[in-house]
Amino acid sequence: MSNLVIAEHDNVSIKGATLNTVTAAVACGGDVHVLVAGHNASAAAQAASQIAGVSKVIHADSEVFAHALAENVAAQVLAIAGNYTHILFPATAGGKNVSPRVAAKLDVAQLSDVTLVLSADTFERPIYAGNAIATVQSKDATKVLTVRTTGFDPAAASGGSASVETIAVIADSGKSAFKGSEIAKNDRPELTAAKIIVSGGRALGSAEKFAEVITPLADKLGAAMGASRAAVDAGYAPNDWQVGQTGKIVAPQLYVACGISGAIQHLAGMKDSKVIVAINKDPEAPIFSVADYGLEADLFVAVPELVNAL
Amino acid sequence: MKILVPVKRVVDYNVKVRVKSDGTGVDIANVKMSMNPFDEIAVEEAVRLKEKGFATEVIAVSCGVTQCQETLRTAMAIGADRAILVETTEDLQPLAVAKLLKALVDKEQPGLIILGKQAIDDDCNQTGQMLAALADLPQATFASKVEVVDGKAQVTREIDGGLEILSINMPAVITTDLRLNEPRYVTLPNIMKAKKKQLDTFKPEDLGVDVSPRITTLKVSEPPKRSAGIKVPDVASLVDKLKNVSKVI
Repeated sequence: MSNLVIAEHDNVSIKGATLNTVTAAVACGGDVHVLVAGHNASAAAQAASQIAGVSKVIHADSEVFAHALAENVAAQVLAIAGNYTHILFPATAGGKNVSPRVAAKLDVAQLSDVTLVLSADTFERPIYAGNAIATVQSKDATKVLTVRTTGFDPAAASGGSASVETIAVIADSGKSAFKGSEIAKNDRPELTAAKIIVSGGRALGSAEKFAEVITPLADKLGAAMGASRAAVDAGYAPNDWQVGQTGKIVAPQLYVACGISGAIQHLAGMKDSKVIVAINKDPEAPIFSVADYGLEADLFVAVPELVNAL
Repeated sequence: MKILVPVKRVVDYNVKVRVKSDGTGVDIANVKMSMNPFDEIAVEEAVRLKEKGFATEVIAVSCGVTQCQETLRTAMAIGADRAILVETTEDLQPLAVAKLLKALVDKEQPGLIILGKQAIDDDCNQTGQMLAALADLPQATFASKVEVVDGKAQVTREIDGGLEILSINMPAVITTDLRLNEPRYVTLPNIMKAKKKQLDTFKPEDLGVDVSPRITTLKVSEPPKRSAGIKVPDVASLVDKLKNVSKVI
């Protein structure tokens, strides 16, 4: 048994989701190797070698990985896939983009959003927005998995001493080119890695009010900011803040839902949070059915009051 | 240029599914079925590209049981020109669907294949990427904007932390995210018109594809229930609970 984890990184450091994926790989049994495919990514490869439980880091370095294009990253994984029984990606936007390409080329099924490893071939994964949990068994020789990070504790980022092997790089597919990106710069923790998340819903009423009411609370708590689908669709918050079935899946220590009614698809993204607080003036809002602490109040009054009380 | 739009028939997004008491699956007898919402966005986008003059024909495809015809009629009511049903009662998994679609791509030679990023029943998020790999095509997943510029597809993608713009050679596979467009309401005249549009049916054998499942579902169970907590009367008691009971701040 040998496992390959595809690292998510920014060429300098390893992203947190990689650590949860390593834990899932360890649970599959056998050696754990990590592939760092990047551009000038020696620092990231070094960081990967420190992760506890990793025995080897495979480093592929080239300009063709500068923007993690799916065609190129998948080709690099396939170049070494024959050595592994399990290939694991974090179930992030990046991992989900690449992993099915790898599975299809290997002619194997993919197990998406795995939340529990029961044995080397049997896993649990949520279906129907988390309203049911399926126990599934793969008959394929190679198991390709995406790992829901909230299902696994992160491996320790230090303490390991894996060797780093540099490998030959595949050729650019030439079919896809990066044109640009708009990445919001802020000092807040990443949504999926945050210990505290403050989320706003449609009740905020406008982008201005969203910023005016939610931001001070997030600042005070050192929290990441999230939003319901309704708030994102209405343009109150950026797309990548969406928490829910088809957005980000989060499980922070504290989730504060402000003016969010609690549609099934939103609950699917946050119901594994340790403590949930709901502030909503509608006593019938479904969010109260999952909240540890419900405050039935006008958020425009209660949230500023909460900021002052903290 | 033709655009191929695969659509999936799924349990309607408003239905809260129940796990069967024998643990063999979820109960979908007598529940409302609809087109997967992401696929509806895909159909709308393809029809808009045709209306803008970039495409000449929009072909909707569905793989599954006979009733998928209804889903295809809906796609044609939105504006797809014709439809193909690959009919089977087999439990189709994403790899099998991707293989069926690959066979249809070979047959129809579309310039673009636009489909939803994930289906809201199995939540897999695989089929588009698998099709792209099998057909050796470039992909742009999680699209929030699609343009055709100088014979290439320029796609804005929703990624972690923001947006990214890719320019990909066509033919290409694009998967849709929520903010790509808002699908139009289907009107009665268009529903009537859709009934007269061409719908061809194939079997997986006709396309030479083995669709047998690779993954066995051993059990389906209810998720652990999260019980409702308490209502607090005011902000002060909320702060007290968070600090002294849960100790999370």
